Amino acid sequence: MDVSCERVGEVLLPGDEFSFEAEENISLTVPVKSEKVVCGPGLRRCGDRLVVCKSGVLRHKEPNVFWIDSQQRRYVPAKGESIIGIVTAKSGDVFKVDFGGSEQASLSYLAFEGATKRNRPNVQMGDLVFAQFLIANKDMEPELVCIDSSGRANGMGVFGTGGLLFRVSLGLVRRLLAPQSNIRSDLEHLFPCELVVGMNGRIWVKSASVQQTLIIANLLQSAETMTAQQRQQLFRKVQQGAF
Amino acid sequence: MKDTPLSNCERDFLLKAIEEKKRLDGRQTYDYRKIKISFGTDYGCCFVDLGQTRVMAQVSCELVAPKESRPNEGIMFFNIELSPMASPGFEQGRQSELSVKLNRQLERCLRNSKCIDTESLCVVSGEKVWQIRVDVHTLNNDGNLMDAASIAAITALCHFRRPDVSTQGQEVTVVSQQQHSRWCLIHLFSADLLSTCSTYLLVDPCEREERVMDGLLVIAMNKHREICSIQSSGGIMLLKEQVMRCSKIAGVKVSEITELISEALLNDRKARKAGGKCGFAESMQQDRITALKKDETPVEMTDVTETANGIIQKGEAAPQTVPSPVLPVPGVGQVGQGLQNSWGLEEDDEDDYEEEKNDNNVVEISDSEEEDVVILNPEVPEKPK
Repeated sequence: MDVSCERVGEVLLPGDEFSFEAEENISLTVPVKSEKVVCGPGLRRCGDRLVVCKSGVLRHKEPNVFWIDSQQRRYVPAKGESIIGIVTAKSGDVFKVDFGGSEQASLSYLAFEGATKRNRPNVQMGDLVFAQFLIANKDMEPELVCIDSSGRANGMGVFGTGGLLFRVSLGLVRRLLAPQSNIRSDLEHLFPCELVVGMNGRIWVKSASVQQTLIIANLLQSAETMTAQQRQQLFRKVQQGAF
Repeated sequence: MKDTPLSNCERDFLLKAIEEKKRLDGRQTYDYRKIKISFGTDYGCCFVDLGQTRVMAQVSCELVAPKESRPNEGIMFFNIELSPMASPGFEQGRQSELSVKLNRQLERCLRNSKCIDTESLCVVSGEKVWQIRVDVHTLNNDGNLMDAASIAAITALCHFRRPDVSTQGQEVTVVSQQQHSRWCLIHLFSADLLSTCSTYLLVDPCEREERVMDGLLVIAMNKHREICSIQSSGGIMLLKEQVMRCSKIAGVKVSEITELISEALLNDRKARKAGGKCGFAESMQQDRITALKKDETPVEMTDVTETANGIIQKGEAAPQTVPSPVLPVPGVGQVGQGLQNSWGLEEDDEDDYEEEKNDNNVVEISDSEEEDVVILNPEVPEKPK
């Protein structure tokens, strides 16, 4: 555990490992607490070692969560993540939704709020849906739902009249969705806009005019490779309209 | 693999933006993306970047027997490969409709324009002629493959050096690869790619714009402003004046692109003479911090300035709230409330005192047509890196 703590914030490559060495002096009086370590994405357990399987920066969240912050554009579905999908086909009782993965996910028409066998949801081909994964593993076809466990929509469902959809890297999406996100707070000071962020790297933005929507889309796409200072400078320039 | 489907909202947005003459990356309707030309180590290898679209062309030659019908002329062979690297929708080995279309278009452009004098390719009449083969590989598809492919093919042909031959009786020996003779390239041209979305014309569409277009008009023109070929596909109806406008635009673009190509060739020749390292591996700067630098996207901000000014103007000009005058009893006016004097104004109050709304909170974005277009990045002719 101590070894890993020291390496938080470092760039690690696949194959690097941490091992937990037993302490040399085990006290007989103080009860020894067994420490649990929660491994996030990018880390894998091999026996009693933690091995890194993706290159990136090691992050740590109290008390015992570790993960690797890596950069990629290709999305691999994971259970519970909410994504933006495009409906490609209607076959029987399910919709086929493309989310940018290797397979298309299925979305049952009953998985919408207030949908019954008679009351079908109004979903057309080519519509955008904001849904979350119910089943997402490498052995089965991924399955999406537009309701949460209590049966409420909670913001999910069909959306997207009049906005622009574009792709960014997964890292930027995670930065946008972080609880205290700098990018999001900078964006708030700019124009009023509606933003839907999918964890599969797709962002939908809608603003008052076409021009503003295009500006926001271009800003987000270029904010990927900028430092915080450059980004704030850029946003300030746009705000003043002196570009 | 299948391509990502185009959602309805994207299509609607793109069409709406095109109606307002706005493009996704901030270009004007008749602007090309940034063109970058770089050369490989061999003669005849050239890479062309048209924005994010990237293609590579390679020219090679071989001595073969000529066709029976044309014993004095050399043979030219063109091939465009759509590799899966370029787009998930392209499949390796299969001749898709797009690939057939591109191949035919390129062949027609390059043959009809007579840019290579095929009679000069003849070595021994009836027996040995040069067969020139141009292979174009698409590396990334971001729209407008046709233009990128034609620029790459022409530049590669200009760059190529054919080995000298000496004939002794019936024997033909290839002397050496180092002694090269220059091509006599008669014409250079540019295929101008336009797409029509209902009634709007766009030049150099990117991949999204290509998906929503109704039809395509390709004009191949050489630098003497002679049209070599025109092709219109998609079944769109074009007015005469639209076609004329397109050909004029093509004329302008041809001169720009020809200049770019000649400059690139000149720079490459200088670099090779100076003995410097040249070639694709050298043109990619790996160790510098600017290796992955992205170019500035010119996004039009004029609307934003107008909006800001509009807000300021409205802020100043909006009249202050006038509360209705308080007249407790006819003949008695209450002064001191609000800004209007209500003394002796009994007769006027019914018609003049309208409640003026305070519209400082409502921001209207002006769609005024008076755009003074600011060119953010002046087009600088590119040098190969």
